[in-house]
Amino acid sequence: MSDVIHAPILEMQGIEKHFGPVIALNGVSFDVRPGECHCLLGDNGAGKSTFIKTMSGVHKPTKGTILFEGKSMSFDSPRDAMTAGIATVYQDLAMIPLMSVTRNFWMGREPVRRVGPFRFMDFKTANSVTMEEMAKMGINLRSPDQAVGTLSGGERQTVAIARAVYFGAKVLILDEPTSALGVRQTANVLSTIDKVRKTGIAVVFITHNVRHALAVGDRFTVLNRGKTLGTAQRGQITPEELQDMMAGGQEMVALESSLGGTV
Amino acid sequence: MSSTGMATDERIRKTSRLRTALVRPELGAIVGVIAVFLFFIVFAGDSGMFNPQGVLNWSTVSAQFVIIAVGACMLMIAGEFDLSVGSMIGFAGMSIAIMSVTLGWPVWMAILLTFVLCVSIGALTGTIVVRTGLPSFIVSLAFLFILRGFTIFFPQVIERRTIIGGISSAAEGDWLAPLFGGKLGAPFFSWLAEMNIIATYSRGSRMGEPMVSGIPMLIVWALVLVVIAHIVLTRTKFGNWVFASGGDAQAARYVGVPVARVKILMFMFTAFCATVFATCQVMEFGSAGADRGLLKEFEAIIAVVIGGALLTGGFGSVIGAALGAIIFGVVQQGLFFAGVESSLFRVFLGVILLFAVILNTYIRRIITGER
Repeated sequence: MSDVIHAPILEMQGIEKHFGPVIALNGVSFDVRPGECHCLLGDNGAGKSTFIKTMSGVHKPTKGTILFEGKSMSFDSPRDAMTAGIATVYQDLAMIPLMSVTRNFWMGREPVRRVGPFRFMDFKTANSVTMEEMAKMGINLRSPDQAVGTLSGGERQTVAIARAVYFGAKVLILDEPTSALGVRQTANVLSTIDKVRKTGIAVVFITHNVRHALAVGDRFTVLNRGKTLGTAQRGQITPEELQDMMAGGQEMVALESSLGGTV
Repeated sequence: MSSTGMATDERIRKTSRLRTALVRPELGAIVGVIAVFLFFIVFAGDSGMFNPQGVLNWSTVSAQFVIIAVGACMLMIAGEFDLSVGSMIGFAGMSIAIMSVTLGWPVWMAILLTFVLCVSIGALTGTIVVRTGLPSFIVSLAFLFILRGFTIFFPQVIERRTIIGGISSAAEGDWLAPLFGGKLGAPFFSWLAEMNIIATYSRGSRMGEPMVSGIPMLIVWALVLVVIAHIVLTRTKFGNWVFASGGDAQAARYVGVPVARVKILMFMFTAFCATVFATCQVMEFGSAGADRGLLKEFEAIIAVVIGGALLTGGFGSVIGAALGAIIFGVVQQGLFFAGVESSLFRVFLGVILLFAVILNTYIRRIITGER
């Protein structure tokens, strides 16, 4: 993290979320500052998804407060959160593969050009901005007309991230962006996260891969069974410690010794 | 996977211009149209199929298919089906006939009210689909029966028959009726006849009049609908929403696309197209029949699929759908010109459908990277 300590842009305090008798989140506190990448780690079922959905306006917390830029907020829909500047890139819902990169990039916010009484989509602007923004993220598209389906998984994540950044996201929530990717693609997405963070955007990076988290994270928060197990600064924690916290300790130690190293 | 930061990726082959020009959703339909025309030029070239009357004949039939295919295409790209198109055609025609002949209302009023009625029914179908989340296949199937039932019920109860005639005389002097039943460019065709460029009747009451006296409004409607729908779909913000709604409704909703509104509007547009078809047909025949439009919904869907649209939505082309409709019309009329048993029409259609769809699937995989 940079030397200047910013105030948190998004603060979640004592968040609880119940679904009927199931307590999915039981008092989770978490904050993220501009220009930092805060990793949220946890095994499957730890409550990561529920938590980010609460952050991005899909769920309303049963208890707890959300402070955005110091003010208490209550989002009624993902659209609300997006307007405020919280953008979420979901692993599978990011893009429509049948449509071109440009059409995806501008979906819902198409630029318009007037010709007499008619309003057309301004493809010239749309295409050039898309190419430019993708180039900033290090991806040179063959053509802005190419369908998103022809891109690799990592490139799709990057289009989604570039889109969120271009439309003024202040907080970028990434839901397991690397979990389905190969080694090289993962490296590309991680370097994109790094670029985004350096522009002063607050990044929340959800993952269950400790090595991916340590590669770009400034702070690490571990969720387990709906609770936070604590937050650590970069350099204060080893991969093994993180891994143990995520998996719930002793069993994992035994498993790992039989497997010969950190999973 | 791209090599990040590099201008070119050695693993992406350069694609030739020809390939780029060929790889488009309409390719299957384009190939189909060429094949069909070659076939009939060879087998029916001297039968009169390609003289002015012949051309008028198959282009009118094709235009009918085009009108309903345009609506079905937009709706399919938005991710929905409407199986009630055929019944809607019968219903709309009967509605005009009952209002203008039985009730004696002015024809323009009958036409306008029928449009309002049918488009509202389209909106109702759409709303039910969007609200309940039921497959549009089922909801519109229900309307297929409901509308056809009413189309038979009302004339039987009111007039004790299932065909209502006398619309031609009712429509005489009406200001709106010629927009559907009239012909465009009559003076031009008379001039062509005077110049002996086109044939004239040599006997009978219409002796001296050109055999082709103008372009039917049906064809004009087809052209206008194709052009407008194509521009809206490919060049506007709304068009992008149509693709997005059909491509992945949830992803579209997440970025604020009003998916429900888009889908309902497309159901209304489909109903509008069916009503245009019905109105043109009623004005041309001068009567409405309870069995009109039977199976048209499937013919529209087949034309759209030949045209390269994806049955599950999110991909397709209005131009392709129009070409698919032309294949339909040309084959149907062409077999008649070629003197072939008309039942072969179905065989021929089945074969074309199969080949076009196989080619389209292959092309679509290249374009969209599906595997």
